[in-house]
Amino acid sequence: MIRNKKAGLFTGTMIGLSMAVSTVTWADNHPVRVAYIEPLSGPFANVGDAGLKHFRFIAEKMNEEGGILGRDIEIVPMDNKQSPSESVQLLQRAVDQGINFVTQGNGSNVAGALVEAVDRNNRRNEDNKVMFLNYAAVDPALTNERCSFYHFRFDANSAIKLEALANYMKTRDDEIDDIFLINQDYSHGQFISKRMKELVDEKNIDAEIVGDVLHPIAQVRDFSPYISRIQQSGADTVVSGNWGNDLSLLVRAIDSAGLDVDVYTYYGGGLGTPAAVGPRGEDMLYQVTEWHADVNVDEGLEDYEKWFQEFKERYPEIDWYYHRIYNQMHMLKKAIEEVGSSDDIDAIAKAMEGMEFQSPTGTVTMRAQDHQLLQPMYISVMDADAKYDADNSGVGFRTVANIPVDQATDETSCNMRRP
Amino acid sequence: MLETIAYSIFNGVLYGTLLFMMSSGLTLIFGMMGVLNFAHASFYMLGAYFAYTIGLGTGFWVALFLAPIAVGAMGALVERYGLRRVHQYGHVPELLFTFGLAYVIEELVALFWGTVPVPYKAPEALNSTAFTMFGLDYSWFKVFILLVAIAMFVGLWVLLKKTRAGLIIQGALSRPDMVSALGHNVPMVFTLVFAFGCALAGLGGVVGGIHFVTDPGMAFMMGPIVFVVVVLGGLGSVPGALVASLVIGILQTFFLSVNFSLADTIGSLGIEDSGFFGVLWHMETTRIAPVLPFLLLVLTLIVRPRGLFGKREA
Repeated sequence: MIRNKKAGLFTGTMIGLSMAVSTVTWADNHPVRVAYIEPLSGPFANVGDAGLKHFRFIAEKMNEEGGILGRDIEIVPMDNKQSPSESVQLLQRAVDQGINFVTQGNGSNVAGALVEAVDRNNRRNEDNKVMFLNYAAVDPALTNERCSFYHFRFDANSAIKLEALANYMKTRDDEIDDIFLINQDYSHGQFISKRMKELVDEKNIDAEIVGDVLHPIAQVRDFSPYISRIQQSGADTVVSGNWGNDLSLLVRAIDSAGLDVDVYTYYGGGLGTPAAVGPRGEDMLYQVTEWHADVNVDEGLEDYEKWFQEFKERYPEIDWYYHRIYNQMHMLKKAIEEVGSSDDIDAIAKAMEGMEFQSPTGTVTMRAQDHQLLQPMYISVMDADAKYDADNSGVGFRTVANIPVDQATDETSCNMRRP
Repeated sequence: MLETIAYSIFNGVLYGTLLFMMSSGLTLIFGMMGVLNFAHASFYMLGAYFAYTIGLGTGFWVALFLAPIAVGAMGALVERYGLRRVHQYGHVPELLFTFGLAYVIEELVALFWGTVPVPYKAPEALNSTAFTMFGLDYSWFKVFILLVAIAMFVGLWVLLKKTRAGLIIQGALSRPDMVSALGHNVPMVFTLVFAFGCALAGLGGVVGGIHFVTDPGMAFMMGPIVFVVVVLGGLGSVPGALVASLVIGILQTFFLSVNFSLADTIGSLGIEDSGFFGVLWHMETTRIAPVLPFLLLVLTLIVRPRGLFGKREA
């Protein structure tokens, strides 16, 4: 009896002690965890996987230089199967595990669901708030009518990309006469179709929209009928927000029909597209991005070039593509270190608001009003002579224009609730 | 208008022949063995990847022959060691088996070749322009597609209707015991038919992989449309598959080339562009075209379940 009691006391003390010890080390050394909620299985797994490699790489690089507050950054991958409802559940799981930072980018529908879920959590769960870092979802609504204090977008939104594109097209409007819009039939494509028409008027671009087609997403196998319509319209320029196979097949069909048009896109250099298009897109396929591999060469960014090469050595099948992840993680570090704690999400979000950061491409600013990152943009065209080819495709991109920050911006109607 | 019709027919035929190449093997396997092979499009994908890999070493023309043979060999293995064992439990397990196989093949392809599309291209000789019609170029590759499809159809027809092998195959389906009693190895016939059907899919992949994109998603992209073709043409009918492919190809191209809605042609009749009926009335053909094949599928199953040329109910 007595022995038992003693034993119980002893065990209890040991448990208590070990818990005390672990809480101390936990507070000092536990990693800053970022939940990465993206498709890691199913048809979009390749995109989710490439993003994860970016995050793992940058976490490792930043950890070598001391991480955040001397603590390691840890990326926690979570597979949302590209489903908004699944993502909301995963967010809950992240909160349960005490993770305060969530990042996602593929699919504005997923991002929209996450923004709502994050807001709901932060209202109800004061002690365990979450910050949402969006590195790729470009629906303008997320920084306009649906904006949130806890959501930060590091990619240029669709309106900004189109603005940059229109500003470039304005400088070339003696060559551009007839524009044809072809887009995927969902909010993203519909927005481009509508906004591009407005921009032609607003910017006074001396060109006419001669065609406007929406096609179902990921359904079209044979683009030749669309090519015939582009040809009949007499267009010399095509603007498309298409991505993935919808873009690859479009460009290949244009090339094989021998149509002489320039194709302006958002995602010409997106994962898989250069490989699928190949040299057919040379001097024809334009993209608007915040960075591309040859920017390093043009602007003599030696450190960033080394970064790019190291990534390639680690993951030979893909390339460093998301420059915004670089901005995002470094700005997160800066914000957390300014606050001095990774738990006070409200303070970290406030530190992030209006933050300026010296990115390799120039100064970028997190606009306080709507949490949209403003950054210089590049218009580039596919070129086989580029120093770095994309995804081992033999073709890379050559800059044709730098769009300064003040020409790559938009107006926002955001009126967010602040804590 | 005449130009549009001529263009639609020509381009529709081109697209249709591609569809035929992918679906002929499926309908053959179903017609001969009664197996609805959900993994058919996966063999089509394997054809593209094999041709790409073999082509790296030997060039396209050798790969054109070797890749379908390799796919056929894989098909034979699948039939011999997978399907045949499942066969005794009936058609549903067979269906489930091929369904699972499709996922396994996709994952394996992603494992071996990666998830990024491979740069699989037509040989230089076929890249040049063959002719120009209505201001659009047509490369020799498109002519080549047409020729391969024609050769495929004629070859299949002769094989099944004019040769002794075809006779045995057809006999083995309807009277397996009798054919077996005559000294033919019926299970072997089934293996060969399945292998041959897979090889046809592989050949479709060799060509289709160039025309479309060769990535692990290509099987799931083509899977549904191939089934539509086979059901519309009549399960098991090779001529049916050809006609159905051409019908779908031409109709779809036509709907995409001319842009009109019921409201444009008949007049809006005061119907507003809102509500279920109004939206339908004002919907442009370009937005209907991509669902058209599936609409045809549903209509076929309601009105004529055995399809255009089929002998048995779907």
